[in-house]
Amino acid sequence: MARMKFLCDADRCIDCNACVTACKNENEVPWGINRRRVVTINDGLPGERSVSMACMHCTDAPCAAVCPVNCIFPTEEGVVLHSKDLCIGCGYCFYACPFGAPQYPRVGNFGSRGKMDKCTFCAGGGGTEATGSAEEYKKYGANRLAQGKLPLCAEMCSTKSLLAGDGDIIAQIYKERVLRRGYGSGAWGWMTAYHV
Amino acid sequence: MMLRMLARTRHALAPLVFLTLLAVALQANAQRTDPNAPVEDPDAGAVKEQTLLQHEPRIQGRIDIPDKRASVLIQPAGRTWVYFHEVTLHWLGAIIILGMIAVLALAYWLFGRIRISAGRSGKKVKRFSAFERFSHWLTAVSFVVLALTGLNITFGKLLLMPLIGHEAFSTFSQGAKYAHNFVGFSFMAGLILIVTLWLKDNIPKRVDIDWLKQGGGFIKSKHAPAGRYNAGEKMVFWLALGAGAAVAVTGLLLLFPFYGTTIGSMHIAQAVHASVAVLFIAMILAHIYIGTLGMEGAFEAMGTGEVDLNWAKEHHDQWLAETLAKERSAEPPGHASVAPAK
Repeated sequence: MARMKFLCDADRCIDCNACVTACKNENEVPWGINRRRVVTINDGLPGERSVSMACMHCTDAPCAAVCPVNCIFPTEEGVVLHSKDLCIGCGYCFYACPFGAPQYPRVGNFGSRGKMDKCTFCAGGGGTEATGSAEEYKKYGANRLAQGKLPLCAEMCSTKSLLAGDGDIIAQIYKERVLRRGYGSGAWGWMTAYHV
Repeated sequence: MMLRMLARTRHALAPLVFLTLLAVALQANAQRTDPNAPVEDPDAGAVKEQTLLQHEPRIQGRIDIPDKRASVLIQPAGRTWVYFHEVTLHWLGAIIILGMIAVLALAYWLFGRIRISAGRSGKKVKRFSAFERFSHWLTAVSFVVLALTGLNITFGKLLLMPLIGHEAFSTFSQGAKYAHNFVGFSFMAGLILIVTLWLKDNIPKRVDIDWLKQGGGFIKSKHAPAGRYNAGEKMVFWLALGAGAAVAVTGLLLLFPFYGTTIGSMHIAQAVHASVAVLFIAMILAHIYIGTLGMEGAFEAMGTGEVDLNWAKEHHDQWLAETLAKERSAEPPGHASVAPAK
């Protein structure tokens, strides 16, 4: 089975934030929550690069390891999902995540963060809701993967900087790109997320 | 097609160019269609992930969305903290807490319950006022709740979840989390009361050295002198104050995320909080042991507030002398200085 991954080609990202908007719209993400964001490094300086980042669906996901109630788990396709019914909102996954992916609906003093929310690779939720049901959509957002579609952020990307899908295939696409154009600043976050 | 072009250029140009080309191809993924054209590598001056991570523990940039905290892009330290929490802390906690239980079992096996040597006199001396006992039990009950709910966050999924099931454990842990967050305040209140009430009598004195030299009351043939608190109790007091302050400060930092903290400092706060808490629990286990099972006549000091005269004579002779002298001077003659036994 394919191992799903994200890859952001920093040499192509133009900081247009279409991925951020697409994600919010497709998943009806509540106010204040951004499952995906674009960060610009060395903004305004020579060599500036922008990277679109969300949950990377890590190998040996640190969030899943540290969750005190084991509510985070990887699917067969390597997508890291969680159950909002089991989540206790402790914030440990947020400490653990190397990419700042876990989000909380409230400000979060006194541990009142609410249930964690994060990118699901547009693969619905890890709860008991039926795949593709309205309940699942309300809690976790779209389940495009079940419909045979890839995450909308990558599908919408105007420069095809953000790639989503089978890790081997998107790595191959990136490799060919780098070979063809003769340069590449690397797939940001891959070392940390997938140990490669 | 690429190869054909390369082949053509190789024929047309000197072997030196071929070698250069080979070197370039080996060195990087760069391929040139025209070897004479100046290569413009847009990445030459570009920021590199690995370079940034070598200089800083996290990569941060500018972000368009209002949540500026999301501007931290990559923070590999998260995995280090996970290792601490899931491996180091599990071992540390298990060894320290189970180790202390083993030590206490050994102490019980060696010394048994330390009896009052002269037996009970039947006469009582007031040791702790109602307010002092309230302060102690406020702190104590809070501590037990905090310790159990805290251990649940670390060990619950290994020990409790298999017993009660995933969903019940999650519901329990949710409640435990809120209990931990709010009971923390009653613990801090209790700690402040205890420190204000007992600080004066816990300042180390010369007699504490004698107490230690005499084996701290564990050696029956020797008498260990002490004031209101002996050196052992003073140690518990100061350690509880230090550990209590440490867990309180780090706990407050974690209760108010991003108030003067970053994820990095929250990692440290959590690590300190958990490590100190584990040591604190071990120390309090010893405190509970000596105050209940380990020594006859000790528990009633915090229970009813009154201790047996002979117990006081044996363990707190200087304090007893002072108390009796004070009572004698305060009460009119003719009254018994100590209450008769009921």
